[in-house]
Amino acid sequence: MEIAVTVNGQTYERDVEPRKLLIHFLRDDLDLTGSHIGCDTGNCGACSVIVDGVLLKSCMLLAVQANGTRIETVEGLSEDGELTRLQQAFNEHHALQCGYCTPGMLMSTTALLRENPSPSEDEIKKALQGNICRCTGYWNIVEAVKSVAK
Amino acid sequence: MLLREVEYAKPGAVAEALQLLAANEGARALAGGQTLVNVMKARAASPDMLVDLNGLEELRGIELAGDGTLTIGAMTTYTELMRSAEAKARPILGEVCATIADVQVRNRGTIGGNVCSNDPTNHLPPLMVAIGARMTIAGADGEREVPAEDFFLGVYLTAVGPGELLTRISIPAGKKDGFAAVTLGAEGTCICNAAATVNGAVRIALGCVDAVPVVVTADSAGGVADAVRAANLTPPSDVHASSEYRTHLAAVLATRAAEEAAAR
Ligand SMILES: Cc1cc2nc3c(=O)[nH]c(=O)nc-3n(C[C@H](O)[C@H](O)[C@H](O)COP(=O)(O)OP(=O)(O)OC[C@H]3O[C@@H](n4cnc5c(N)ncnc54)[C@H](O)[C@@H]3O)c2cc1C
Ligand code: FES
Ligand code: FES
Repeated sequence: MEIAVTVNGQTYERDVEPRKLLIHFLRDDLDLTGSHIGCDTGNCGACSVIVDGVLLKSCMLLAVQANGTRIETVEGLSEDGELTRLQQAFNEHHALQCGYCTPGMLMSTTALLRENPSPSEDEIKKALQGNICRCTGYWNIVEAVKSVAK
Repeated sequence: MLLREVEYAKPGAVAEALQLLAANEGARALAGGQTLVNVMKARAASPDMLVDLNGLEELRGIELAGDGTLTIGAMTTYTELMRSAEAKARPILGEVCATIADVQVRNRGTIGGNVCSNDPTNHLPPLMVAIGARMTIAGADGEREVPAEDFFLGVYLTAVGPGELLTRISIPAGKKDGFAAVTLGAEGTCICNAAATVNGAVRIALGCVDAVPVVVTADSAGGVADAVRAANLTPPSDVHASSEYRTHLAAVLATRAAEEAAAR
């Protein structure tokens, strides 16, 4: 099936099989390997992306369902090679170790801060319920988000 | 995971969706996909065709009638329900949706998909039964309305037959409701849950203890635990809880839900 999607501002037209998951389309067809596959069951959030402003897990959506949408992935966060304040905060607060969960953590917290620029600690934790980290114990991730919250 | 080959259709009208479902024996409706895509990955089901309901405006929207009755389109997501001013007419709806899984799942998962999948651990089947929801099912012969109590038929089985769709759910006005669950982790999958509504008597619907929600009634919250014990439940045992422990939880959670409902 022919689909057209805009990913991080660039439009791609591709022929995809309906059975292809959005995460595979992003990684294999578009070579955007920033979004990760952790569990492939909708549990870990490593594949989280923003589609038409809505945060979702791209292993739970077919690529054909994204036809005509605007997709944001972790590759699109920085501008002109400059990290966003949130990305910088992750760096400064040691909010990652292996980094596997980080793209998903960044997309989830980006979505949170857009909706709620001054989240409380509880709101930050609740926003990260769908993102699993095996390394950090979450503490520094929450600290990083708190540091950019207004 | 690579899914088995599947055809994909995104109809723009319910009539068209019903035709596609009726004409293709292996066709299956795709709502939020937050259950179905996993089911397909696990090859527990391999539909030949997915009929994507996401283009059906008729299945969206939340309306509040003058008498307080809410009508909720089947494709309404949990997030939409949580944010809806209209849905505040029955506050328990948004409150329970806010405890389902996580932001990403709530942004995609739909009220219709939740009840149509009728996973016995899901949050919404017992809630719909407790608050007296009515489900509208559309098929080739038009529409029919089924009370929630008769909607759930078995594990993963509902009154929605082949070639049919759940189109909307109506919920009467009311505030005196409660919901209690013991979950895997904070706000995770339910090990046992109970929804309660107080309207003179207390009406409880228990989840996770049988294939379909189990209804128990009592005169007051104080009588709920005995009423649950008198129901002689035989819940399943699994790695998370034995049958005996679930039976115990059912009485505890029914009481908590009833007390919450009575206090409102
Ligand atoms: C990580 C994770 C955790 C979860 N935790 C919970 C939880 O704790 N509690 C909970 O309740 N749920 C939980 N869920 C399930 C989630 O709520 C699903 O969204 C829901 O069960 C199914 O809704 P859906 O819209 O995604 O439906 P889909 O997955 O698209 O469909 C489910 C089934 O319903 C059928 N269907 C859907 N809509 C209709 C319709 N209108 N008419 C006829 N048939 C229809 C489909 O054909 C399919 O068979 C979880 C899911 C994930 C991924
Ligand atoms: S890979 Fe999608 S949620 Fe884990
Ligand atoms: S940093 Fe390793 S999984 Fe989060």
